[in-house]
Amino acid sequence: MSESARQDTPEQAEFRHYCREWLKNNKPGEPPVRLPLSPLEIMTREQLGYLQAWQKSAYDAGLVGCDYPLAVGGRGRSDCQRVANEEMIGARTPFLPNVIGLGMAAPTVFYHGQAALKERLLPRLFSGEDIWCQGFSEPGAGSDLASVQTFAERKGDKWVINGHKVWTSLAHFAEWMILLLRTDRSHKYDGLSYFVVPIRSALGKGVTVRPLIKITGETGFNEVIFEDLEVDDSYRLDEVGKGWQVAMTTLLHERGAGELKTPHAGGMRSKTAFVPSTANLVQLARDTLRNGRPAADDPLLRDRIMQLIIREAGLGQNQRRARVSALQDHPSRLLLQNKLLSSEIHQDVAAVALEVEGANASLYLGDDNAPAGGQWPMAYMNSYGMTIAAGTSEVQRNILGERVLGLAKSK
Amino acid sequence: MAQPDNFGFGEDAALLKDSARKFFADNFTTDKLHRMVASDHNPERKTACAWDQTLWQQMVDLGWTSLAVPESVGGLGMPVVAVAGLVEEVGRAAFPCSLLSTLNVTYVLAACGSGGEVALAEIAEGFTASLAITNRQASWSAADTDIKSVQGRLNGTAWFVQDARKVDRLLVSAQTSAGLALYWVATDATGVTIVPDAIVDLTRDQAHVRFDNVPALELTASGLAALQQAMPAIWTLLAADITGAAEWQLQTTVAYVGTRQQFDHPLGYFQAVKHPLVDVMILIDQCKSLVYNAACAIDTEPSRAAEFAHMAKASASETAAFASGRSVQYHGGIGFTWECYVHLYFKRQKHSQLLWGDAAWHRAQLANILIGAVA
Repeated sequence: MSESARQDTPEQAEFRHYCREWLKNNKPGEPPVRLPLSPLEIMTREQLGYLQAWQKSAYDAGLVGCDYPLAVGGRGRSDCQRVANEEMIGARTPFLPNVIGLGMAAPTVFYHGQAALKERLLPRLFSGEDIWCQGFSEPGAGSDLASVQTFAERKGDKWVINGHKVWTSLAHFAEWMILLLRTDRSHKYDGLSYFVVPIRSALGKGVTVRPLIKITGETGFNEVIFEDLEVDDSYRLDEVGKGWQVAMTTLLHERGAGELKTPHAGGMRSKTAFVPSTANLVQLARDTLRNGRPAADDPLLRDRIMQLIIREAGLGQNQRRARVSALQDHPSRLLLQNKLLSSEIHQDVAAVALEVEGANASLYLGDDNAPAGGQWPMAYMNSYGMTIAAGTSEVQRNILGERVLGLAKSK
Repeated sequence: MAQPDNFGFGEDAALLKDSARKFFADNFTTDKLHRMVASDHNPERKTACAWDQTLWQQMVDLGWTSLAVPESVGGLGMPVVAVAGLVEEVGRAAFPCSLLSTLNVTYVLAACGSGGEVALAEIAEGFTASLAITNRQASWSAADTDIKSVQGRLNGTAWFVQDARKVDRLLVSAQTSAGLALYWVATDATGVTIVPDAIVDLTRDQAHVRFDNVPALELTASGLAALQQAMPAIWTLLAADITGAAEWQLQTTVAYVGTRQQFDHPLGYFQAVKHPLVDVMILIDQCKSLVYNAACAIDTEPSRAAEFAHMAKASASETAAFASGRSVQYHGGIGFTWECYVHLYFKRQKHSQLLWGDAAWHRAQLANILIGAVA
């Protein structure tokens, strides 16, 4: 029995047993398609279909959204999502594809939407039948998110939306978008409002989704253009002018520091999937010859690999320590570091891997001689997506400095 | 054996850590520390051995020196995670005392089998002790010593002995014809000469200790095995001390950059200051998490104790260096003066950074475990 299982409440203990039994019989088998490493890299309808079917079955069984009230499609449980997550990850299931819906849209709609809206949207969000995307960033509003210019103009009980959103992951599959926009140009923060918008049904009728090509050459995210899209006022979350506060709920949950625990599953990998881990880096160093000796014998390289392993272990132990209140100095000090650290460690692991490969790191996916099929240079390039998206590393350091250390807010 | 999720850091441990923090907050301000240890700024000074023995006696009375002594020989038998919590608070206060040295000795004694019990009983009674196991080159390999033992008599010099002038006993490693053995010697025994080093750190005393035909009690003839078993705890506890001291450096520097104004803003407004301070915090958290992981491994998963303790001390040495550099730099001109308290911790941390192996040494040992030694 794990320590977390030992600390379970009676409800959690019973639920854990239930999850374990259900997963024993219902965990999907080897996927018929190569699985991407994360939901944001879903490329094909086949991948999405397989993952959606898994999310639906997990939701129907009560493993997704279970801490939300019954009225909005949850199970009314108390702190049980954590248990379901531990069991799903322990069972190495596929991941849940509706990651933006579950992690960002659901808590935001739940805390800021009207009852009828929640009851309509959340069940299909939890089941994965409706994929969600996030319309925050714009060409002129990246780190300075509050300068978004997408505008909604009021017309009776309708709003007419015009604007341009970028880096919109999953928009090519999404039914719904959470949308931060401007309803007043005279106030920066207080001029923002927040909507949920049905985009799939409006494609070609005020909504255009265009793929953006990443530096790796892959597609994956999109730009979304609104031209006179009309939406109903009932799709507004919270009051007009309160968009920034609503967005803070979204971002808090995105960073894993929110009240409602995000449903998480995962661990299953396709046999061919490549993971840019420190374990694979060590293997690469063992397999790569330098001047006739394994690169893993080089003392400088050993030192750098150990630095990465220590950082990675530290992050893992931070997450463990975040659950021991007596060993914390500030409630969100550790949680707010997660995204920053994991993205920077990833990047540095890939960077060292390229140095281990040496000139062979010039060989990319299409080259038969590329070590590891050219995946390391790809991982290195992709790592910049993680240090830029969802608040750049620089913004993350501002947040930590201001919210945790209490330093003066930077412009 | 798997580790418990909460590091085994239970209520007793939390209570001990909290009471230690309160003890130092109530009784020992940094101002008091400065007045006590920094009266002589002469760079060529001989190191004084200034410490608050009244307060120390209270710590002994609280049982802190016998925390790690097994219950079977009269100690409290607390797990290493609990002890680490206490040591973190000692580091935060930078309190000059022989607690860490005594705890280090305790872990070696506990690894000596029945031969260590007499000495452990002395620790339980309130005697203090330090390790005399390091050679002139400061090799951190447990096998290296400059002391020889012939027919139970010790000759040679032990270097980098911490708190030598504060302790009652020394645990000495010496070469015998059969290998490395460990011995128990009173600091006031005939033939023992403590020669204080003139050191940078004002919060510690350090000495080299000459042994001139000193008769000594042999604790174990398998000295290397005992030292190797105890080293993870020694590395982990020093890392815990560093963690606490680094947190003091961070909080003190954050407070200063919040009040000091330049260019119409507090210094902390500028990202050139803010972001590196966040990086200090990140390193402290990494270090602290790795400390409790290592401590928990010593308690519950000994097969991985050395691996995790190397991680903790490597991380701690990096943290000590970076937090110290930033604390002086961001105090600006005043931080460069003797009157500003940051130099006390700066010096303590540089001492701790190098003691019992620096970051590169620990990473090299870790690589030998995780990748394998280079043929």
